[in-house]
Formats: sequence, C-alpha cells, structure tokens
Amino acid sequence: MPDQSATDQASRDPDGPADEERREANATRLAALSFGIAILCALGLVVLYVVGGNTQAEGILLALSLGGVGVGLGIWVRVIVGADVIVEDRAPMPSRAEDRAELGREFDQTVDQVEGGGRRQFLLRLLAGAGASLGLALTVPFLSLGPIFDPASRRELFETSWSRGRRLVTLEGEEIRADTLAVDEIATVFPVGTDLPADSQAVLIRTRPGQLVLDTLALPDGTVNGLVCYSKICTHAGCPVGLYRAQDAELICPCHQSQFKVTRGAEVLSGPAGRPLPQLPIGIDDEGFLVALGDFSAPVGPSFWNVTSGSGDA
Amino acid sequence: MTEATATDKDSALDRVAGYLDDRLGLAAGSRKYLRKAFPGHWSFLIGEIALFSLVILLVTGTFLALFYTPDTNLVVYDGPYVPLQGQMISAAYNSTLELSFEVRAGLLFRQIHHWAALLFVAAIVAHLLRIFFTGAFRRPREMNWVVGGVLLLLAFGAGFTGYSLPDDLLSGTGLRIGYSALLSVPFVGPLLGYLGLGGEYPGVGVLPRLHIMHVMLIPAGLLGLLGAHLFMVVRQKHTQKRTRLAREDNVVGEPLWPNQALTMTSLFAFTAAVLAFLGGVFEINPVWLYGQYEPFEVFAPSQPDWYMGWLEGLVRLWPAWEWTIFGITIPSVFLPSVVVPGIMFTIMFAWPWIDARWITKDHAEHHINQRPRDVPIRTAIGFGSLTFLLAIWVSGSNDVVAAATGTPLDTLTTVLRVVTVFAPILVAVISFRIATRLNEPLEPSPTTTTRAAESA
Repeated sequence: MPDQSATDQASRDPDGPADEERREANATRLAALSFGIAILCALGLVVLYVVGGNTQAEGILLALSLGGVGVGLGIWVRVIVGADVIVEDRAPMPSRAEDRAELGREFDQTVDQVEGGGRRQFLLRLLAGAGASLGLALTVPFLSLGPIFDPASRRELFETSWSRGRRLVTLEGEEIRADTLAVDEIATVFPVGTDLPADSQAVLIRTRPGQLVLDTLALPDGTVNGLVCYSKICTHAGCPVGLYRAQDAELICPCHQSQFKVTRGAEVLSGPAGRPLPQLPIGIDDEGFLVALGDFSAPVGPSFWNVTSGSGDA
Repeated sequence: MTEATATDKDSALDRVAGYLDDRLGLAAGSRKYLRKAFPGHWSFLIGEIALFSLVILLVTGTFLALFYTPDTNLVVYDGPYVPLQGQMISAAYNSTLELSFEVRAGLLFRQIHHWAALLFVAAIVAHLLRIFFTGAFRRPREMNWVVGGVLLLLAFGAGFTGYSLPDDLLSGTGLRIGYSALLSVPFVGPLLGYLGLGGEYPGVGVLPRLHIMHVMLIPAGLLGLLGAHLFMVVRQKHTQKRTRLAREDNVVGEPLWPNQALTMTSLFAFTAAVLAFLGGVFEINPVWLYGQYEPFEVFAPSQPDWYMGWLEGLVRLWPAWEWTIFGITIPSVFLPSVVVPGIMFTIMFAWPWIDARWITKDHAEHHINQRPRDVPIRTAIGFGSLTFLLAIWVSGSNDVVAAATGTPLDTLTTVLRVVTVFAPILVAVISFRIATRLNEPLEPSPTTTTRAAESA
C-alpha cells in the first residue's frame, strides 16, 4: 500500500474530478448514515437501560453503535481523507560518539567529587550495605502472609482432622453403619463434629465381595467388610477424585484423568499422579458406627519435597 | 507560528492550544509528532488491538469492581436465580450472581470483560508472532521484546486471578491446581504455599489477595510496562516492510494526524463493537450453573480459559514420574508446571540474543523487517514451537477429545505424547524446506540480484 507515493489529490482520480466528487459524495452519505445509526442505537441503549434492560439487546445495540462509529470513521479516513504517505528521517539509535564521551567524562568527574577521588570508596560500600540491609528489612514483613512462625502450621501438611475413634459422617452429617452403603456405592465422608475441613475429605467405597486385595493396601487392617476409605484429594494436583467407575473399581480424577485402583490400595493405573491415594484406616465402634482408626496412611494431597521423609515436627 | 496573540478570529480550539503552548511550549513537538509516520500494513495493527482490549478491560473491570466483594463468608442466597435460592454461598459468589442477574447491564459488562480478556491475550500472542517471524525484535528492539514478554506473563496472571474471583466451582479448581504447582517446588514449596494462601489449602481465604492482585498490582504492572513498551516504540520509531521507498534510515507511512489517528479510532470502535456483540449475545463463564466452590467437589470436563490450555496439556501429558532421592521428592507436577514452562519462557525472553548469536550472526541495527523465508532456521524453529504449543494445547482437552472421537483416553494420551515430541520436528523440517525453496528463483535469471526487486 505505501508503495504508491500518491500524496496529492489529483493523482488518485484518473477518471477526472467529476467521478472523484461523486465518489466523495457517496462516501460522505455512507459515513453520515453510519454515524446516524450510531446515534440511534446509543440512544436506544439508554432507553432500553431505563425500561429494564436485556443483555442480548444491550449487546447488539452497543455493538451497532460502536460499529457505526467504526464504519463512519473508516470511510472518512480511507475514502474522504484518502491515502497519504510521508517519509520521515531516521537516525541510528546510538548517540554521537563525542556526546557519549563527554557524558562519560563529566559523570566520572562528579563521581570523583562524591568519592573524594577514590578515598571515600568505603563510604560507597557502606551505603550499598545499608541499601541491601534496608531492602531485606522491608521485604521480611511479607513473611506475615503465612503462618510460618507457628510451629503447629509445619505439621499442617502431614496431619488432618482424623484421629482414632472419630466417627465418619456424610456431607449431610449422618453417621454411617457397616451396612449403610450397598456394594459399588460410594460416599464422601468427613470426621464428625468438624466444619468439613478440606484436607480431611475422604471417599468411602463398598467394593464387591472378595475383590479387595488386602496385602496391596497400606493399612490392611483398616477395612471393614469390603469397605475401604481413601483420601479424596488427588495426589497429583489436588482435585477431588470424584468419579467412581464401579465395574472396574477405579477412582478417576476429572482434572487430569489419573486412575486409581480401589481394590489394590488405590495404586495409580494411569495418568499423571505419582503415588496412591492415602488410605484412612476404619473400624466399627461399640454402637456399630464406622470410625477412623487413626490418620491417613500418608500425607494427603499433592506431593511436596519432604512428603515421604518429613513429619513437620522438625 | 510566533508569539500567540488571541484575536477574534481564533476558534475555541485555537484558544485552548494557545493557552497550553503559552505555559508548556508544545508547538514544535506537536508539529513533529502529528506528522509522525506509521508504516501501513494490517499486521502492524494487531498490537493496537491488544491495547484497545486492555482499555476495554480497564473500563468494564472498574464497573465490575464496584459490585464485587472478595469475601468467602457464607450468606444465604435470596436472589432471582431459582436453583440456588436458599443455599449457603460465599459473599463473593453472591456478589457475582447479583452482578449477573440484578445489576442492570451488569451481565453485559461481565461478559464483555471476559471476552475482552480472551481477545487481549490472543492479540498479544498474534502480535508476538508477527514480531518473531519478521525479525522485528532484532537490535535495537531486544529490550522491547522482553518487555512485551513480561506483558504476556502479566496478561496470563490477570486472567488467572480474574477467573478465580467469582468463587464458583470452576474457579476454585484452577486455584487448586495452581497451589499444587507452588507446593511442588523443592525445599521452598510448602513455604511458598503458606505465604500464598496464608496456610494449608484452602488457606485463610485467598480471595482478598487475588482481588488486590487482579485490580491493583497486575494492572499497575501492565500499565507501567505498556508505557515503557510504547515509549520505546516512539523513541526507536516503527519498523517497516521492505518497499520501494523504505530504507534503513527512514520511516515511510501515514502521518499520525489525521490518517493514523482516525484509523486507530475506527479500529478501537470495531474492537469494542465485536466485544460488545460477543458480550451481549454469547454467554461466557455462566458461573451460576457451576455452583458454589466446595473443596470436595469438581465437575468434568473442567477446562481453563484458552490461553492456559497449553499448561494444562503439559500437566496432563507428563508421565507419572515422581522420584524420591535421598528423601527428597520431586512431585510429578513439578516438571510440567514449573520447570518446562520456565525453560520455554527463558528461551522466549532470550530469543533476540540467541537469534543474533547463533542464527543470523548479525548484531547490526535493523529497521526493515524480514520475511519468514529470509531466515529459514528461525522460521522453522517458530513453526516447530507453534506445533508443540498446539499439540500440548489440544492435550489440555484430552478428555473432551477422547469423548468426542470415541478414542480410549489412554490411547489418545499416548498418541498425543508421540505427536508432541515428533510433530514439531516434522513441521520444522517442512517449514525449513518451504522457506529455502521460496528463496530459490523460479527459473535462473541472472538479472535478479537484489531483494528489493522481488514482489513483497
């Protein structure tokens, strides 16, 4: 487009001034129409807003109004104003060598004044030290954002609200008996008397009789009559492992499709998860309700650097 | 114009200009900048679309911010949306629903905002590709390439923090995955997680923090760096296509006033019109359907906004490699969500220097853009990288693709892994061949020696 150095009006209407005038008149009429539509639609939008509004109609009126301005201006600049090509000079980016040298010399002189001709270098070092120390002092308060000075918080990643004897309850707060779930049924459970802490969510599953391979479980003694309980938090990226495919006894994470074999200690069958879902050991109390026998077999949720070796007590 | 003296014939504009010039001395500079040359090619307008999207984001976002509450305390929903009536929901989710259903024009502004965010990132990426394939990042513009890259990262950050704010089920899922990536960093992960969320997930209520990032810190960064970006463009002047008039020591194009100013205003109106149409007619992120975020719920398929799909795909494709060495675990999510993106962005930021040092071996100043065929190796690497990004982007929807094509998910994932590794190489080789062939004259003609003689 800029190849044509057509700058003056005369050179771009080879068909004569009459044609050119007609073209401009048409363009002006079209631009006027566009601006007219823009005005009407904008006012229409105001009326629509006042009488109650409607998202679709608002969007269309706003689009037409803005579009009218866009079309009108486009015609104006492309047809009526017409193409115009100018040539601007460009100098190389670096300053002239003498300017650079002069700046360097002058600056060095002032630095000499500040440093006392090099004898005050130690002052400069101390100032740098003061700056760095002050920077550190001003950054440290950002540690207030997390409970990192609270010794209890260090155990947070390793512990949940489950403990020995804690009953399992459903989301509705109902306690569970050994026969509450039918075969292939699944329930999201929490420790009784808590406000559904995110790290304690677990899935209780009734597997088909005889399918549970006990020696693959982290806690073989922690099952009741085909009932097995795992952390519901995916060990990959922390999504709730919400889908259960009963015929294969597989728990599937809907976020990244990791599949865990429920009957084999929730080992990873496929997908990006790196370790099995931790198991929650369960038993039955005197009144016949399901209880936890302790905390999960491993830290729940996505892995972190000391997930296998740390305890948070250090 | 000499000393300005107001006469009866001066228009109001003259008087205002005179007043300002008397006090600020602007006439000479204005004369120069009103005649600043803007080289004309449609691809030079992509960056402007990003700029206009940002303006629209700021305007609509300000409106939304006046109604949104970053508060996770529970309230009873009593608004007009029947399925949620009587449910306990967070005040944040409640305010988003109010904005959508009860505030007049609220839904329009919310949807325009979301569409504008998608366009914003898309325009930045398209702009980046234009700069890359035409070598417009070469000296003296390396720094502006880096600033542009940081702007892209900030746009990702703005998008991520933005779609986490409504506190609906989808938004919480993205946050959960982000937390896992943070937690996976060796040695400092738990510390970073605690500092980010104020404790173990879900922390103390992360919404106020995301809100401040989304409405203050990230916009401040965007505007500051945008200023630097534009300052450098003005200082260094625009690059231009190779034409008959264009030389390394000139800029050929339309003047800022009136042509470019009117064209830009027109383009701004078109951008806004398209976004207004999308925001009015096409539903986006209907948070009321997803329900309140609960840490123990999720729905499938969960899909992030388009510009996060590549990262999601990397996480989905990556094999379940979780190693524990001397008691130190490298979580399986660490490499694909932290290390690989880190390497990708490092290469992107370092590209102008990589290009000058190893590819073109050219450290001179350039203002005339190249065609992709002029540097076949760069073009090959560019298309190879795009293929890689496309492959991992598709992988971010592997469950949707598997369901749509009836392929078992595991098979599809294996296929996508192979494609992700080998397709980029294949595409790079083909691009290289095409670029090289385009440089060969169709038939030997001894007179064709200069590039300028070729058709553009």
